[in-house]
Amino acid sequence: MAADTELITMTAAQIAAAVASGEVSSVEVTRAHLDRIAQTDVHVRAFLYVAEEAALAAAQAVDDQRTAGQPLGPLAGVPLALKDVFTTTDMPTTCGSRILAGWQPPYDATITARLRQAGVVILGKTNMDEFAMGSSTENSAFGPSHNPWDLSRVPGGSSGGSSAAVAAYQAPLAIGTDTGGSIRQPAAVCGLVGVKPTYGGSSRYGVVAFASSLDTPGPLARTVLDAALLHQAISGHDPRDSTSLDAPVPPVVAAARNPDVAGLRIGVVTELGGEGYASGVLTRFNEAVEVLESLGAKITEVSCPHFSYALPAYYLIAPSECSSNLARFDAMRYGLRVGDDGRASAEEVMSLTRAAGFGAEVKRRIMLGTYALSSGYYDAYYGKAQQVRTLIARDFAAAFEQVDVLISPTTPTTAFSIGERVEDPMAMYLADLATIPGNLAGNAAMSVPCGLAPEDGLPVGLQIMAPVLADDRLYRVGAALEAALDSRRGHPLLAEARGLEGVGGAEQEAGR
Amino acid sequence: MSITRDEVAHLARLARLALADDELDRFAAQLDVIITAVARVQEVAAAGIPPTSHAADLRNVFRDDVITPSLGAEAALAQAPAAEQDRFRVPRIGVED
Amino acid sequence: MTDSTTTTAGLPVSFDDAVARYEPVIGLETHVELGTASKMFCGCPTVFGAEPNSGVCPVCLGLPGSLPVINRAAIEYAIRIGLALNCSIASWCRFARKNYFYPDMPKNFQISQYDEPLCSDGYLDVEVEGQQVRIGIERVHLEEDTGKSLHIGGTAGRIHGADYSLVDYNRAGIPLVEVVTKPIAGTGALAPAVARAYVTELRDLMRALDVSDVRMEQGSLRCDVNTSIAPAGSDRWGTRTETKNVNSLRSVERAVRSEIERQAAVLDAGGRVIQETRHFHEDTGSTTSGRSKEEAQDYRYFPEPDLVPLAPAPQWVEEIRAGLPELPAARRARLQADWDFTDQDMSALRNAGALDLVEETVAAGASPDQARNWWLTELSRRANESGVELSALPVTPGQVARICALVAAGELNNKLARQVLDGVLAGEGSPDEVVAARGLSVVTDSGVLAAAVDEAIAANPEIADKIRGGKAAAAGALVGAVMKATRGQADAASVRDLILQRLGQA
Ligand SMILES: [Mg+2]
Ligand SMILES: [Zn+2]
Repeated sequence: MAADTELITMTAAQIAAAVASGEVSSVEVTRAHLDRIAQTDVHVRAFLYVAEEAALAAAQAVDDQRTAGQPLGPLAGVPLALKDVFTTTDMPTTCGSRILAGWQPPYDATITARLRQAGVVILGKTNMDEFAMGSSTENSAFGPSHNPWDLSRVPGGSSGGSSAAVAAYQAPLAIGTDTGGSIRQPAAVCGLVGVKPTYGGSSRYGVVAFASSLDTPGPLARTVLDAALLHQAISGHDPRDSTSLDAPVPPVVAAARNPDVAGLRIGVVTELGGEGYASGVLTRFNEAVEVLESLGAKITEVSCPHFSYALPAYYLIAPSECSSNLARFDAMRYGLRVGDDGRASAEEVMSLTRAAGFGAEVKRRIMLGTYALSSGYYDAYYGKAQQVRTLIARDFAAAFEQVDVLISPTTPTTAFSIGERVEDPMAMYLADLATIPGNLAGNAAMSVPCGLAPEDGLPVGLQIMAPVLADDRLYRVGAALEAALDSRRGHPLLAEARGLEGVGGAEQEAGR
Repeated sequence: MSITRDEVAHLARLARLALADDELDRFAAQLDVIITAVARVQEVAAAGIPPTSHAADLRNVFRDDVITPSLGAEAALAQAPAAEQDRFRVPRIGVED
Repeated sequence: MTDSTTTTAGLPVSFDDAVARYEPVIGLETHVELGTASKMFCGCPTVFGAEPNSGVCPVCLGLPGSLPVINRAAIEYAIRIGLALNCSIASWCRFARKNYFYPDMPKNFQISQYDEPLCSDGYLDVEVEGQQVRIGIERVHLEEDTGKSLHIGGTAGRIHGADYSLVDYNRAGIPLVEVVTKPIAGTGALAPAVARAYVTELRDLMRALDVSDVRMEQGSLRCDVNTSIAPAGSDRWGTRTETKNVNSLRSVERAVRSEIERQAAVLDAGGRVIQETRHFHEDTGSTTSGRSKEEAQDYRYFPEPDLVPLAPAPQWVEEIRAGLPELPAARRARLQADWDFTDQDMSALRNAGALDLVEETVAAGASPDQARNWWLTELSRRANESGVELSALPVTPGQVARICALVAAGELNNKLARQVLDGVLAGEGSPDEVVAARGLSVVTDSGVLAAAVDEAIAANPEIADKIRGGKAAAAGALVGAVMKATRGQADAASVRDLILQRLGQA
């Protein structure tokens, strides 16, 4: 059945308003998105699990609440795609890994619970690079997702199922996690808004850990305002996460509704541009800088000299933490068990299971992290990387003395082709070159679309970075840029996506 | 050569990964490239620079000593590959100590 | 690496011979389960002996996505212990992950502390054979306990040769405090006794601090004992072995002793001691080799990224210090002075585990001497006979004090008092109830007593004559006859007085 084009191209804010006013029911909206998934996911492969019944039941509950005259939250009745790294009691949680295939957690992640509480309708669980390690979703044990702009390209990663779902109009909203750029990079290459909140601003409880000191859940959406509404809904202090910040959520929704950069000091990071960046990426980025300047922002160039060490530091810290975090997958209490023939020892069964259950990238990073933490190597690798982390945080601190936000291209290139970088881990790692510093320092960052690269017609993202707990600045700048570019263009960027049938000219009027 | 095949085999043992010979060869080559690349952190003059292990500058995050509901054995064991007598059944534990 | 030529046991060496020629150095690592209500990092209960896997949650099962949150009470208990052990309390420290795979450890890493312990550099004084020995404390840190495995098949209960194992994670995540001593050198032949005295003192300290129930038989206090020996006069220490899970006070002493003897035999035979883990066997009192530590475990410690640093405010530490109870050594000194006991009295009370009982008996009104005598003789004998701890006898200090009071008032003699105790232990009620039910009070009716005395004099004219002749000592035989006639319920001293009076000698 063809999905209702009007319903699937509405923004989350529009859906919430329509549901609240009774103009449409949440069940209708949810049905439309489920139809869209049924129709397109054979091509996109964004979902690992679609919870049709549970979604319709959740939608019905919101509709009932409205009928009963109970107040609805700002996202009540809005469908959402949840990255398969969040625990859910009513759906499997696999993290894109064979070792967790079919695992049914006995508890909900804090964010899962908050979404349910807010009346958000969870459509299902989205594909991802195995345990969030990767930049293309090609590391999923269940096959790659495809970029709706060009199905032969990757949708980015690790939250590539989430970005593909939102770009394919399968859901207006998605949740991802960002450890080294895993929300911003897929958002950039799919023409979406993606936000990595301040570390500790969104709870990690129930997020299967990749690298604990870096992992940050956050929103993906087609508009800045939608991202802000979702950001607001999932954020805030969680006593179950010791690293959660006990501070008010920055006023992100108000900022998204106030797209004004007049007088704002914006710094362009010298080290994140130039060599290694595709010319089309730089063209669109530079244009966007001019747009911001035309809106009254004060643009300066700011140097962050240690950013060039961020990538090597990250590929020591993240693998070190992951080598320990993933030790629990040992075939003893849950998940896959291989080789238990009654004679093999627990140690042998663990080793056989982990060899069979983990993909190549996960094994590579576990061994890299094991190496970096080994006695004799710790100081030279892990220890040094931790010092680099300090220097990067100091670069940010110094920069934020001069400017209110920093900007850069989100990624060095547009979406690359599926298969292109699979055999070359280092080339794959470069996709996160510009996003990693923000993870190491823990500050807030967003990717917002800034056009299509002339050479391939694929989306380019602009990254905005703000100080810790100044997440609202991202939305102020992002919303201003979005409004200016959309009005120049006459429609949202995503309306130009050509990878999928079914959302034709209709969406060109939709969205605003 | 920053890492040898034998070292990779040792890491795989430490990490409980039963790797095949061809995997060891492939990983040795790849890890060699990666380790050489990440060793760049050693170029940074970092004497006297304190390490950062957390992005968030927090301390003393505690919970009160209060009992909260447990899962119960049934839910705890529901996903176990094998269970017996309300316990997780695991293969014989090779003698370590 | 078990090279048989270097580990050959050699000819047996007696302990006395060993310590005459070798100087032992010991060290103890003691794990104590804290008596908090909930676990170290989650809200599951810490009860012992619950149904398997009933007290577990996503956190202590290490389920994917779960995160630890520190129990404030565990930190407070550890600081209390650190202060009582004269340690410095870190103003800033962190938890670390100790990485190794083991099925009873849900995350395959243990949250512990590594190079930044919460408490460090203290001491504990212990007394051994009248000498005071100061044991240096290297560190006190917090960590989480593991689950418990049941080994099925093979030799019952042994991990060796088992077919498979069953794991219960109820214990996983219970807060453990690890107390590590500095190397203890220079104690010579006293080393085994010093080890025992240290663990005893530590146990008493934990109890006094009310941080743990320290039941060694339930595993809430577990010891690893490091032992090395070097030729007397040598300026270098020998290679140490680590004897794991020595779980009674007696075993601590025996483990050190047997390890000294074994190492002496190895060195005498020209071998070398290898650094390894050893297992202590209760049945034989000896140790056997476990895993060799020559290829050291690589635990890949790193700061626990799911927790934030710990920085106890000085004010909090001072509040905890101000709230410390009287510590065992100070209490013993106070009681010894109050009771006017000798050192021997005190160590006898401690060894018998009777200190608290005597204190409570005295508090209930008994004299210190009476209380000590009852608990160390009559009650100790009965505890031995029934194979239970003194404190487990079904008699309260209050009841013992009541028996003492009845004796002091002359209402019971010693023999009757023992019978009253029998009744109490048999569950017949309070001492007064037993006296009433068994009719055990001393015969005080002067008519009855006078008749019995006259009867005895009449039946033994020769003895009576001797007494009349001034031989008061001969009265004993008549007293015995009267006691027999009253079935022991008379007061012997009164009987004697009455006899002498009747025969004109008083
Ligand atoms: Mg320990
Ligand atoms: Zn628990």
